[in-house]
Amino acid sequence: MTGERIVFEGGRVVDPANRTDEVRDVVVADGVIAGPEAMEGADRIDARGLVIAPGLVDLHTHLREPGFEHKETVETGTRAAATGGFTAVASMANTDPVTDHAAIVHEVRDLAAAAGLADVFPVGAITKGRAGESLAEMGEMVDAGVRVFSDDGDTVSNARLLRNALMYAKAFPVEIVLADHAEDASLVEGGHMHEGSNSYAMGVAGRPAAAEEIAVARDLAVARATGGRLHLCHLSSARAVELVRAAKAEGLRVTAEVTPHHLTFTDDDVATYDTNLKMNPPLRTAEDREALREAVADGTIDVIATDHAPHAIEEKESEFDLSLPGTIGLETALGVVLTELVHPGRVSLMRALETMTVAPARILGAADHGGPIEVGRPANLVGFDPDEGWVVETPFVSRARNSAFLGRRLTGRVRFTMLRGTLTVADAKATR
Amino acid sequence: MKEHLLSMHDLTADDITRVLDTAESFREVGTRVIKKVPALRGRTVVNFFLENSTRTRISFELAAKRLSADVINFTASGSSVAKGESLKDTALTLQAMGADAIVIRHSSSGSPLQLTEWVDAHVLNAGDGTHEHPTQGLLDLYTMREKLGRLEGLRVAIVGDILHSRVARSLSIGLVKMGADVTFVGPPTLIPPDATSWGVQVDYDLDGVVPKLDVCYMLRVQKERQRLEFFPSVREYARLFGLSRERAAQLPEGALVMHPGPMNRGVEIASDVADLPHAVIEDQVTNGIATRMALLYLMLGGGGEEGS
Repeated sequence: MTGERIVFEGGRVVDPANRTDEVRDVVVADGVIAGPEAMEGADRIDARGLVIAPGLVDLHTHLREPGFEHKETVETGTRAAATGGFTAVASMANTDPVTDHAAIVHEVRDLAAAAGLADVFPVGAITKGRAGESLAEMGEMVDAGVRVFSDDGDTVSNARLLRNALMYAKAFPVEIVLADHAEDASLVEGGHMHEGSNSYAMGVAGRPAAAEEIAVARDLAVARATGGRLHLCHLSSARAVELVRAAKAEGLRVTAEVTPHHLTFTDDDVATYDTNLKMNPPLRTAEDREALREAVADGTIDVIATDHAPHAIEEKESEFDLSLPGTIGLETALGVVLTELVHPGRVSLMRALETMTVAPARILGAADHGGPIEVGRPANLVGFDPDEGWVVETPFVSRARNSAFLGRRLTGRVRFTMLRGTLTVADAKATR
Repeated sequence: MKEHLLSMHDLTADDITRVLDTAESFREVGTRVIKKVPALRGRTVVNFFLENSTRTRISFELAAKRLSADVINFTASGSSVAKGESLKDTALTLQAMGADAIVIRHSSSGSPLQLTEWVDAHVLNAGDGTHEHPTQGLLDLYTMREKLGRLEGLRVAIVGDILHSRVARSLSIGLVKMGADVTFVGPPTLIPPDATSWGVQVDYDLDGVVPKLDVCYMLRVQKERQRLEFFPSVREYARLFGLSRERAAQLPEGALVMHPGPMNRGVEIASDVADLPHAVIEDQVTNGIATRMALLYLMLGGGGEEGS
């Protein structure tokens, strides 16, 4: 459908890459943003009442393919992404086989290209097999286009290995980012929720906030010692936020992310043993949630990322301690951010969109994504009605349905998503 | 009565008194030659035990049978669960077979609550992981009231691994509701750091606590906790937190020694202490049947919305 001409008329164009927020028409021709001269003969789409922004970029998605196609595939996952307004996602390396070599990188990217729903940027494993024992061959993955490496799901427990990875990554001519899931392994072993008054009363083994604090402090120390480029995945605790704030003030090369669910829920919500609220790191206290919201507002946290973690029904519909951790999030992320942060006035719309577009695109090296919305740029766009209310319910576009947000009412819904000039979502429905 | 019994939190002080009073009247049934009443004739009780527990299962089985209910024992070994069937599917199967009450024992905390989302039957928690064991708590309250005449104002120490004890949770919640004065004693690694918010006191010195007690309630030591470094050795545990003959001698006259069983003689409780007359461990077992009869009766038969 490239070659089509479309003009979105009268939308509020919010473009964090150049910090503009104005009502104007957006013209798309031949897959790129075009000037007014291309309007003639273009299909006209009424965008009044919608916000038009760069297509969202998710820095933390589990697409599960290859290896776990019963949970999600690249096609179903990217369809969910498009439905949620994303044009690019970073797929995590905990596939089977692990994404620790170039062949898997190519496979995942080819599957995404065939589906044509969102660009996928595979994340490479830091260590072979994500086993935490020896470095994966980063060089061939960098050649294959990988810019972010992570053993996500597990912390790189061996500090020497993390140090060497951060140093080794400097060999490459492009900026390589090492992203760590920061929870001290010995403190979280066997744990299923935030350790605190709720876990004690519920008789569930805990994952203390100190586990994150320790791992973040260690990671920052290693980043300081090496000058390496560190990204901290899905922070969950107030003290970890404080450590990152201090590290940034000091000038360390560190970025951090938070998930929509950690910005929404607390461990009080887990008291019903709802397995959809079981995730790693766990949901913590109201004070932690408040610190995370502040950190998004003040820039300490750079990115809101979903940690979209699809699981099969039977993997969640089981005993709390036996169920697998994680929630899906691609289809709800924007609505949650609008509902929890923007509408209550905690975070500006510009700032919220910055954390979901230009900031993750830069970390990912996704030059075509995240804006700016300027003539000549690839037409990767989202249009959403910030005031449309809807209730999160099954079925999802994702193959999975393990959403922490099931039953919640959100305000703000994606109406269209465009990937290089092609509508992947129109009238809030995937087109393919 | 509540539809389900998942936690001691489900019961008010009045509910607890009602259960104990009802148990009192059923206690007499157990002393008859014909130990049976027709209260639950035609009702089906399923003992759904996914964790080994001969004692609690037999106690529930006897309780249901003495009320003339039909009893089905469904245990993990040899069941579909051992073949990989999910908890939900097994629960739906039990439901389809017409269970009126499901008594569940499971190693996973919270599983009885999950069960209530899947089945219409009354659910009784017979011990879920490290969460709660409310029927044990109730039979312990019954035994204390029976032996000491009251619960309000009783000074009770619960000694041992509080953190992982479902018995300690249910019993302490019940005791606090009934106005007793509860102290947790054990190594700090095995006591929830916020335990005082449960309305109890915490002490690490058993010798200082023992002379002031009406009830000394000893918990079973899970020896695998040592592997996880909660305490250095079973020997040191026994020395600091075991009820030795010498410690037991410091108990006030008439104070009770209790234990939910099965005991590790020589670890948390010395063998000769377990056999003392004021150790009422076997009474606890006997009272367990009457207490469980009372609960089944109140929830399924009489006194509930269905009438009797």
